Amino acid sequence: MAHELTTADGVPLRISLERALLRSRIRAALLVVPLMAFLLFAFILPIFDMLYRSVENSIVAQVLPETVVVLRDWDETGDALPDETVFETAVADIQAAFKAKTLGRLARRLNYEKPGMASLLRKSGRRSLRITEAPWSEQLIKIDRKWGDINLWRLIKRESDHVTESYFLAAVDMRLDDLGAVSWQPENRQIYLQLFWKTVWMSGLITILCLLLGYPVAFLLATLPLRTSNLLMVLVLLPFWTSLLVRTTSWIALLQHEGVLNDLMVVVGLISDDGRLQMIHNKIGTFVAMTHILLPFMILPLYSVMKTIPPSYMRAARSLGATPFTAFVRVYLPNTVSGIGAGSILVFILSIGYYITPALVGGRTGTFISNFIASHVSVTLNWGLAAALGVILLALVLALYLLYDRIVGIDNMKLG
Amino acid sequence: MRLLFGSSALAMGVVLGAGTALAVDLTVVSWGGAYTASQQKAYHDPYMAENPDVKIINDDSAAEGLAKLRAQVESGNVTWDLVDMVASDAITACDEGLIEEIDPDAMLAAAPDGTPASKDFFAGTLTPGGTNCFVPQIVYSTTFGYRTDAFEGEQPSTIADVFDLEKFPGRRALEKKPIGNLEWALIADGVSGDQVYEVLGTPEGVDRAFAKLDTIKDSVVWWTKGAQPPQLLADGEVAIASAYNGRLFSAIAEKNQPIAMLWDWQVFDLDGWVIPKGTPNKDAVLKYLMFATDTQRLADQAKFISYGPARYSSGPLVGKHADLGIDMKPHMPTNEANAKTILNFDYVWWADHRAELDERFNAWLAK
Repeated sequence: MAHELTTADGVPLRISLERALLRSRIRAALLVVPLMAFLLFAFILPIFDMLYRSVENSIVAQVLPETVVVLRDWDETGDALPDETVFETAVADIQAAFKAKTLGRLARRLNYEKPGMASLLRKSGRRSLRITEAPWSEQLIKIDRKWGDINLWRLIKRESDHVTESYFLAAVDMRLDDLGAVSWQPENRQIYLQLFWKTVWMSGLITILCLLLGYPVAFLLATLPLRTSNLLMVLVLLPFWTSLLVRTTSWIALLQHEGVLNDLMVVVGLISDDGRLQMIHNKIGTFVAMTHILLPFMILPLYSVMKTIPPSYMRAARSLGATPFTAFVRVYLPNTVSGIGAGSILVFILSIGYYITPALVGGRTGTFISNFIASHVSVTLNWGLAAALGVILLALVLALYLLYDRIVGIDNMKLG
Repeated sequence: MRLLFGSSALAMGVVLGAGTALAVDLTVVSWGGAYTASQQKAYHDPYMAENPDVKIINDDSAAEGLAKLRAQVESGNVTWDLVDMVASDAITACDEGLIEEIDPDAMLAAAPDGTPASKDFFAGTLTPGGTNCFVPQIVYSTTFGYRTDAFEGEQPSTIADVFDLEKFPGRRALEKKPIGNLEWALIADGVSGDQVYEVLGTPEGVDRAFAKLDTIKDSVVWWTKGAQPPQLLADGEVAIASAYNGRLFSAIAEKNQPIAMLWDWQVFDLDGWVIPKGTPNKDAVLKYLMFATDTQRLADQAKFISYGPARYSSGPLVGKHADLGIDMKPHMPTNEANAKTILNFDYVWWADHRAELDERFNAWLAK
């Protein structure tokens, strides 16, 4: 008959132990709380806010609250304009919005869907104040005959929901036509799909270039005597610590038309003075500068993996009769796969989201999707479209990450 | 103990409160570099000398001014007191209710001869696009500069020359956006300046502008930051570049580069102040604004940078460059000889078509 052990004050030992453990667990949790709170407010919530902005569309219902309600009864598939009640309500809503200064935001929103809405609403705001009695529709159409365009009312009705798919459609070069059917943008306005594709394949090539250049360097770092390898390590890390902008602008000085490299080739006689090569402000510029900037992210994980491979492995392979090449391919290379995986995914994901360097050296052909996201955030202020593009980019990275996990296995990754 | 603590906290509060009532920190957002320096010397320093209780803190993030302002106002956490903006951004901000309305005659200083502010600022500049939130400081222009050693014999002098690669071979630098470039392309193609927006308003007109840009596309370096084109010219990377006139002046006069100005169809634009809605220091800002936009102060700024003051009464007061001692009047975009042909942006037209043409322009670039 086992009787329960108790502590000196009579509490069962099991409970007492649990209490003590709980206390230490709480203490441990409390230590993490500041970080968790920081991540929550500075990282996770903003991301969700951004995700939401890509579909958020409350502005139409906010600015034209009554119009949106009366428009529900109007059949937009017919070819008759909304009736007089709708026009009367719309005039009242526009007047109120003009006084509250909210019309401008609506104008921007609707102008994304239909060029010309911005000036129409701006013009109608002040002039609508003159309309005080029926006939409402006639007077509104007199301000601008666009008010008599049935497609305009279809647009307002379509966008009166609190969520919209139009940002996502725009982000993949599509749009809703006047009747609300999904269609492609006119060809001369299609830009984003090809940019996504370009971002992915250029990032992939940059990753491969980093691997080809970084692998031998990491090998040297891991195998040379300590004195030499330390010096080499400094050479790898020094650019790593230098400002990104400085490194990028240095490449401009080196590669530009009248730059160091072209000058040198002219002096040596490789090219004529008129035949100077265009190596910057295009894809080549982006490849060179990005590969240089991201190289340490490839070298360091590779180095940390190679450092753990005992030199005796290679010696053993050689002594068993393998040629240096076979020994490398069959023994050394498989041992570095985890480093290759880690470096590649690091470089690829960083590269896919890069925007300062492509913006400075990419010219017109070497820019990435992130350049357009940045421009929609800070220049055009189309945050909905920026958010939609961002969501797609995020989804793309996650998909590639999962694919990577499937093929290589995330457990095989080793960052250091 | 608690009582004691409470009262000392109260005392501290009183002291701090008195302190803040005396001293005000004004956060003024501008473009940085030579431009902020000119404002510092012409506006901030004299104002702080007169008002020792005010401290002006420069924030150089005007390039993202509109986006950050919107974020601040939307989150209800406004930390800026005064923001330097171009007119088109001010129109957007005013339309969206992000900035305070301005009553010129009540809030701005009259001219020395008593002309009220509403009449003394260049006509229409206080109300760009029909808004009323903007106080212009300067008229700046986007115009062309060319390397004086790039061409033998005849030098380029018209916008058509910019687009003429046969007569004036060499690479060009243009700003990486449709605004301005489309207008110039049409003018170079023979459209008269006052009909540009009429033509651009038709699909054929837009096609025509892009077709003209096509003729030089392969020879263009596209710039995004104002500092780039003078650098491209100085390095000999391009022969002709569009640039802000103040940047070109600085490269030519202050840095002695072999560059000359080409003033044909310069695009006028305005840069000025706006007050964020919800600034905690509105009274102090208004007092500063009254000082910083008076006739003398605007004329003073032109001593340090070659942008034209936006008041009629400031024009005659523009003097010599503060360091170089050269007369600044011939370098002003508003100077008669330079302003024979000018293009004024149609802000309202661009507000309608910007999103659409941005996409088309970017798609055209990527091709």
